Amino acid sequence: MENLHSLTAHKLKELMARGETDPSAILEGVFARAEKVEPKVKAFVLSGKERARKAVAGTARKNGKLAGIPVLLKDNLCVKGEATTCGSKILAGFKPPYDATVVRKLEAEGAILIGKANMDEFAFGSSCETSCYGPTKNPWDTACIPGGSSGGSAAAVAADETIMALGSDTGGSIRQPAALCGVVGLKPTYGRVSRYGLIAFASSLDQIGPITKDVRDSALLLSVIAGYDEMDSTSVDLPVPDYSNALVEDLKGLRIGVPKEYFVKGIDGEVEASVRAGIGVLKSLGAEVKEISLPHTEYAVSTYYIVGPAEASSNLARFDGVQYGFRAAGADDMIEMYIKTRSEGFGNEAKRRILLGTYCLSTGYYDAYYLKAQKVRTKIREDFDKAFSVCDCIVTPTSPTPAFKIGERASDPLSMYLSDVYTIPANLAGLPAISIPCGFSGSGLPIGMQVLAKPFDEETIFRTAYAFEQGTEFHKRKPNL
Amino acid sequence: MRYETVIGLEVHLQLATKTKAFCGCSTKFGQRPNSQVCPVCLGFPGSLPSLNEEAFRFAIKVALALNCRIQAIVKFDRKNYYYPDLPKNFQISQYDMPLSYNGFVDIAVDGANKRIRVKRVHMEEDAGKLMHPEGEDYSLVDYNRGGMPLLEIVTEPDMSSPREAYDYLTKLKAILEYLKVSDCDMEKGSLRCDANVSIRPEGETKLGTKVELKNMNSFKGVRNALEYEVKRQDSVLEDGGKLVQETRLWDADKGITTSMRTKEEAEDYRYFPEPDLVPFVVEKEEIERIRKTLPELPEAKAARFKAAFGLSDYDAGVLTSQVDLADYFEECVKLYPNAKTVANWLMGDVMATVNEKNIDMSELALAPAAFTGLLKMIDSKAISGKMAKEVLAEAIETRIAPEEIVQKKGLSQISDAGAIESVVQGVLKKEAKTVSDYKSGKKAAFAFLVGQVMKETKGKANPAVVNEILKKSLGE
Repeated sequence: MENLHSLTAHKLKELMARGETDPSAILEGVFARAEKVEPKVKAFVLSGKERARKAVAGTARKNGKLAGIPVLLKDNLCVKGEATTCGSKILAGFKPPYDATVVRKLEAEGAILIGKANMDEFAFGSSCETSCYGPTKNPWDTACIPGGSSGGSAAAVAADETIMALGSDTGGSIRQPAALCGVVGLKPTYGRVSRYGLIAFASSLDQIGPITKDVRDSALLLSVIAGYDEMDSTSVDLPVPDYSNALVEDLKGLRIGVPKEYFVKGIDGEVEASVRAGIGVLKSLGAEVKEISLPHTEYAVSTYYIVGPAEASSNLARFDGVQYGFRAAGADDMIEMYIKTRSEGFGNEAKRRILLGTYCLSTGYYDAYYLKAQKVRTKIREDFDKAFSVCDCIVTPTSPTPAFKIGERASDPLSMYLSDVYTIPANLAGLPAISIPCGFSGSGLPIGMQVLAKPFDEETIFRTAYAFEQGTEFHKRKPNL
Repeated sequence: MRYETVIGLEVHLQLATKTKAFCGCSTKFGQRPNSQVCPVCLGFPGSLPSLNEEAFRFAIKVALALNCRIQAIVKFDRKNYYYPDLPKNFQISQYDMPLSYNGFVDIAVDGANKRIRVKRVHMEEDAGKLMHPEGEDYSLVDYNRGGMPLLEIVTEPDMSSPREAYDYLTKLKAILEYLKVSDCDMEKGSLRCDANVSIRPEGETKLGTKVELKNMNSFKGVRNALEYEVKRQDSVLEDGGKLVQETRLWDADKGITTSMRTKEEAEDYRYFPEPDLVPFVVEKEEIERIRKTLPELPEAKAARFKAAFGLSDYDAGVLTSQVDLADYFEECVKLYPNAKTVANWLMGDVMATVNEKNIDMSELALAPAAFTGLLKMIDSKAISGKMAKEVLAEAIETRIAPEEIVQKKGLSQISDAGAIESVVQGVLKKEAKTVSDYKSGKKAAFAFLVGQVMKETKGKANPAVVNEILKKSLGE
């Protein structure tokens, strides 16, 4: 079969079940595709060909939920013995001595790990430009960014270089690139998926999630990686439902809230039009749509740029050249070793966030910044609590604009930060949220629509997203590479 | 001007849990460097801490034993600073919500009770150990100790002399040993103590400039360092100088403190809540369950010893000052009813030997049954008290049972009147002059005669029997 790489995991499972293909053919199909398009997309930072072939040939489990399905990992997920760098020079040569919990879960279900995907350095960015490996390109227009920070994962899924991928989302890092690449990206509820083995950016915001070609695959991949893990005490001990039960086409009785604060200045006209049209589709499928208010929305970005960098400044303190990764040469003493290693090892955006976070936590500023930000965070969460008393899910744009040009915002961090204005609130409130394709711009760039729900109500998200997908054709369109 | 001293202490206590505070690594002491480590305690990227419940229970035990209030919610914070022995470059600790607070420890000062308030007891993780190979241009790090569970026990500035500080530490250590939550071994570093000390004009209520003392590795060292520091501060002020808030290191060899850093050089630790550990509610039932597992503590035990065995305040205090000693005493009085005799022997010869050999009671190779057997031999006049002391020393030294020593050496006391009688008659014959001296009123001659009899019997004659027979023979 010729186009195995372009299929979804659930479709490939059907074919394998009927004996029409096998894991080896799928893997080779994906590799052949990558060989062809990777020079243009540059989604991979590490190819796991050898390991993947070995797995298919023998070691991989044959009867798991993802048996024989190629999965690409964002480069901040630890795989035992495999280079894991977070797109940073400072982790050059680092090979974790252990597997992330999601990696163990994937392999336990027979998934085939095919490599590591590019990302903004330590997930700091919305464009995949801050990686030490150079930028990944948007498969729909290689002059454009794929979004970030999970840009490599999203671009690879969109370009059919993998069947599925995992990303991580701290302020939109799964959803925004998914939107910009025309694929499906889910940030699960905080605590739904173990973070053990995810190299932390901001511990209270980070969450690992699936990037897939459709909603059914998203539900399938989440069902594999979700669940309590005693190695992560922030993971929550709740049973994992069978998400496939939520994949129904009927939206009757579903109450959808549309926050008025999300359609204000800064939003691109085509994005607004597509999302409004998407809301119309949901209505036509039986949903009841009402306008709601999330009054503290305007403070989300500033809150995020205090909480996130504060935690990051502490999480990234360990990269000091003492135990692993990069150590600068020529230091005469310990302090100099720290300074040289970190000066040479981190890129500019990482340094900017470390400085920002260190400043916010310093004596005399803690109350004014970090503590205040935590209070605003509570307010934002309360906005959502209130909203969910009148609606079952909330629909918004994922990103205010389609993909922008590489280099366009690289020297303007504020405009870069604003590309996460719609995705950040879900992280601050710990809510699950998905981005699904809902249209294309005049120049052919994908537009995404975001669906948010109550904590641990991924089922409502899947139901809404699946019904929308069944009622539209956007997810079927492929980039011309 | 006369000054008064104000001292507060910070004790770091390593909890003797089986595994580390936030991972499953062993806490065994003295293992090969970096053999007890994992991604979590090495702070590897992506690893996450999860709290050791045993460490939490031990901490609650200590909090309860120190009469502390326990926080309703347990929350951890990060203390950020760079040092190679700290693999994450932050320490998981507790900042604004310590596990417990507002407790106290009572000590005796000049026969009266003095309450030392415990400000807080909080949990944190230990750091690794740096080693600097001599003559090399590098340092090595051993992370075996990294991530071990620690308690920090902080007092209010309630001690007014180095002696009180020493007594507080001794009492604290006794309580901790009763709880069996730590080795409390300052040499091994399982108990560490820093001291804050300042002086102020007598009667002044405002605190003087505080100096923090570090690097003391025994309770005596703490006392010596404080004594030195009080004198130093006194002479600075007397010379018209000003004290600076600083951290000073104790040099035990030279017997002095030297400045390590001043307040201006102190780090900003940028504390903030540890996002990787979810705060949790401490259930009242859980606390009560732990409270029920608390052993009888020194004060309660001393009170019981006084009531049950008629011991003095002093004796009860000494016997309960170490849990091993108290347990030993209790074992002995089960086997031997005269508690006062047991107490005297324990506090006298036994403790003297233990201290001299610098061992713990638990290492004493003399079972309570063997020890009380010795006391019984004295009572039955099988040996004299003087002999018993020698036998005791030998028994502790050689680990041979006292009865065996007595038998082997033929030390059994001669109480047989017939045997003593014949020796007495022999001595009287030989010392005819002394006998006549005695009879003419020289009473001191009697003691000489007793001595001669003891000499003849190599000290084994029962002195009371000798006296009796001698007096009779001399016609008294």
